[in-house]
Amino acid sequence: MAGLARKDILGLQEMTVEEIDLILDTAEALKDLATRPIKKVPTLRGKAIVTLFYENSTRTARSFELAAKYLGADVINVSAATSSVQKGETLKDTARNLEAMGIDAVVVRHSMGGAPHLLARALRASVINAGDGLHEHPTQGLLDMLTIRQRKGGFKGLKVAIVGDSYHSRVARSNIYGLSKYGAEIWLAGPSTLLARGFEAYGVRTTTRVEEALEGADVVNVLRLQLERQEKGLFPTVAEYHKFWGVTEARLRLAKPDALLMHPGPMNRGVEISTAVADGAQSVITEQVTNGVAVRMALLYLLLGGGEPA
Amino acid sequence: MSTLLIRNGRLLDPASRVDRVADLLVVGGRIRAIGTDLPAPEGAAVIDATGKVVAPGFIDVHVHLRVPGQEYKEDMRTGTAAAVRGGFVGVVCMPNTRPVVDSAPLVSYLVDLAAREGLCRVWPTGAITKGSKGEELAEIGEMYEAGACAITDDGRPVDRAETMRQAMIYASQFDLPVMDHCEDKSLSGSGCMHEGRVSSALGLKGIPSASEEVHVARNILLALETGARVHIQHLSSRRSVDLVRWGKALGARVTAEATPHHFTLTDQAVADMAYSTNTKMNPPLREEADRQAILEGIADGTIDVIATDHAPHHIDEKDVEYPLAAFGITGLETAVGLALDRLVRPGVISLEQLILLMSTRPAQLIRRTPPALTEGAEADITILDLDRTWTVRAEEMASKSKNSPFIGWTLTGAPHATVVGGRLRMLEMKVIAE
Repeated sequence: MAGLARKDILGLQEMTVEEIDLILDTAEALKDLATRPIKKVPTLRGKAIVTLFYENSTRTARSFELAAKYLGADVINVSAATSSVQKGETLKDTARNLEAMGIDAVVVRHSMGGAPHLLARALRASVINAGDGLHEHPTQGLLDMLTIRQRKGGFKGLKVAIVGDSYHSRVARSNIYGLSKYGAEIWLAGPSTLLARGFEAYGVRTTTRVEEALEGADVVNVLRLQLERQEKGLFPTVAEYHKFWGVTEARLRLAKPDALLMHPGPMNRGVEISTAVADGAQSVITEQVTNGVAVRMALLYLLLGGGEPA
Repeated sequence: MSTLLIRNGRLLDPASRVDRVADLLVVGGRIRAIGTDLPAPEGAAVIDATGKVVAPGFIDVHVHLRVPGQEYKEDMRTGTAAAVRGGFVGVVCMPNTRPVVDSAPLVSYLVDLAAREGLCRVWPTGAITKGSKGEELAEIGEMYEAGACAITDDGRPVDRAETMRQAMIYASQFDLPVMDHCEDKSLSGSGCMHEGRVSSALGLKGIPSASEEVHVARNILLALETGARVHIQHLSSRRSVDLVRWGKALGARVTAEATPHHFTLTDQAVADMAYSTNTKMNPPLREEADRQAILEGIADGTIDVIATDHAPHHIDEKDVEYPLAAFGITGLETAVGLALDRLVRPGVISLEQLILLMSTRPAQLIRRTPPALTEGAEADITILDLDRTWTVRAEEMASKSKNSPFIGWTLTGAPHATVVGGRLRMLEMKVIAE
C-alpha cells in the first residue's frame, strides 16, 4: 500500500477523492487491530509523535494517542496549559523546539483557523490538524465518512442533514468538504444566526427549519451546541433552541427509517439531542469513536510508515 | 543649493495644463526654467528623462511612520526612505503612536525630527481625542498651530457620534479636515478578515462590510449637519463608495481615499496565500464586487485620493496565528507600481487622473499648495517609468518592515526618480540619502 503524497493533513478541502479513499481503505484494514487481544504492532516503532493541544480535548487527543501507541510509536502529549505557551512562547517556537528533539509528526489542536498551516510551513515533520478554530477537523470528517461508508456503502446521492451550529463548526466544514466531493446532498439546518454561509459552491442547502433538512435524510449529524453562544446573543435560550432545533424522536422519524444518527460529541443531552435519540437504535455515536482510532492509525501509518506492512 | 536638470521628459501636470516634452531646470529648490535644449549649468546633476513622465510630486496622506515609540517597526529615516523610494515627495503621518500624538509638543517634535532626519516632506496629523480614546477632544487648535495638517484617531474609530460631531464643529474653525477610520467595533468584534464566503470556508471570524458602512454614513450625515471637511480613510466596500457618492451629491464636504491593496486584491487572497498574515489588514480585503466598486469610484472621482495606509510591522507581530497577527501591510514602495500596473495600464484611469489622485488632490486635502510643474514652483517632482517591469523584493525595500502581500509580484510601471525640494532623493529605485 503506497503512502500519501503529502507531508501534512490540514483539511479535507484540499484532498482528492483518491486520497480520501486510500485513507478510508487503510482505516478499514487497521480497524481490527484495536479489537485484538494484543493491540500493538511494530509498524511505527521508533517514530515519535507529539500531540500539541491548545484547546481542551479528551476524545481526540486520546484517540490520537492510542492510535499512535497501537502502531508502536512513542507519543508525548503537550497541552498549552502546561507548556511554555504560558510563558509567552510562540506557536512556531514551541513546535520548533519539539522538532529539535527529533519528532516525526505533530498533531495540533488550536483555537485559531490556519494555525496548523503556519506549523506545516515551519516544520519538516508532518503536521496533522486535530481541529483549527472554526476551520476544519479533518480526522473527525474522515471518521464520519468511514462510519457512513460502512453503513451505507458509499456517499453518492445520500441526503446528509447537519443540524445545529454549523457557523462555528469545524466538523461541519470537514463534512461539507469531504462528502461533497462524492456527490452527497448536504443540508445545514439551524437558527439563522448559527448557519454557516457561503457553501453554495459545494451544493450545500441551508434551512432554518430542521424538519426540512431531516425529511428523507439518510444521515443526521447533530452538532454540539456551545452554550456560551447564548451569552453572546446568538440565540435566546437553551429551551428555545431545543424547541425549534433539537433532534427529538418525533423529528428523527422524518428521516428515512434506516437513517444514521451521528454526533461528534460531547453531547448536551436535552439541548441539541434528546436522550432517546442519542441512545436509540439509529445512533452510531460509539462507532464513530471506534472509527476515530482507525482513521488516525491510518493517517499516521500513511504519513510515517507507508512502505512497511501494517 | 543644488542644481538639477531633468532632460527631455514628458512633463505632465493636469492641474497646470502642462503636457509637453521639455527640459526642466531646478535651482535652489525651485523650478527655474522649463524649455527645450536648456543648457546644463556648471555642476548641475542631469537626469535623462527621455521616455519618462515627469509629474508633480506624489503625496501619501495615510502613512504610519511609527514615531514616536515604535521605532522597531519603522522610524523617521526608514519611513521617509521608503516614501522616496516609492516615488513620494511627502507623507502625512498618523498619530496612533506611543504616546499618541495628541498635543502640540508632539506635533512639534515630529516637525523637527522630520527636518533633521526625513528624506521627504512630513506633515503630522494630530489625534481627534486625547489618547485617541474617543472621549475628550484633544488640543486641536494648538496642534494646528504647531503644524498638524488634519486630525484623526486613525487605527481607532471615534465611537460616539456626539464626540465626532463636536470634533467636526471644532476643527472647522481651523479649516482642518477630520479624517476617520470608519469602523463600528461592535460589528467587527474579534473578526480578522472580511466576513463572507472565504472567511466561512477558512473558519476565520469575519468583519462585515456594515462595520465600516454605518460609520461612513454617520460621518457623512454629520458632515452635512456641521459643514465640516470629513475625509473617509481607506474605504473598502461597495456601499461605502455609494455612500460617499451620495454624500457628495448632497453637498457634504466629504472626501475619500482608497488603497492599492483594496483596488488590487480580494479576500480570496487570504485563501490563495494559505493564511499568510500579509493579507491581514483593517479594513480587510473584501469581495470582487467591492473591488470593482472601488475601481469605479476611482475612475468617476468619487474617490479623491489614493493613499497607502503604509503600516509597517515587525516580523514577530506577523509570523503568528492569523487571528493573533497585527493588522496592516507596508505600502509606500509598491503603491505607484500597483497604480500604474492595475489602474493606468488597463485603462481604468488615465495618467492625468493618476496624477490628480496621487499629487494634486492629496495636497489639496491637507490644505497645502499642490506640487506643480510651473516656473517658480517648489521642485517636488516624481518621475515615472511607465515601461519598467520589475519584481517586488523584500530585500530591496527601504522600509524596516517587509510585511507586504505583493512581495514576488512583477509589475510594469515604476517610480523612476523622486525630487524633494530640489534635491534628488531617489533614482532608479535607489534611495539617495545625502
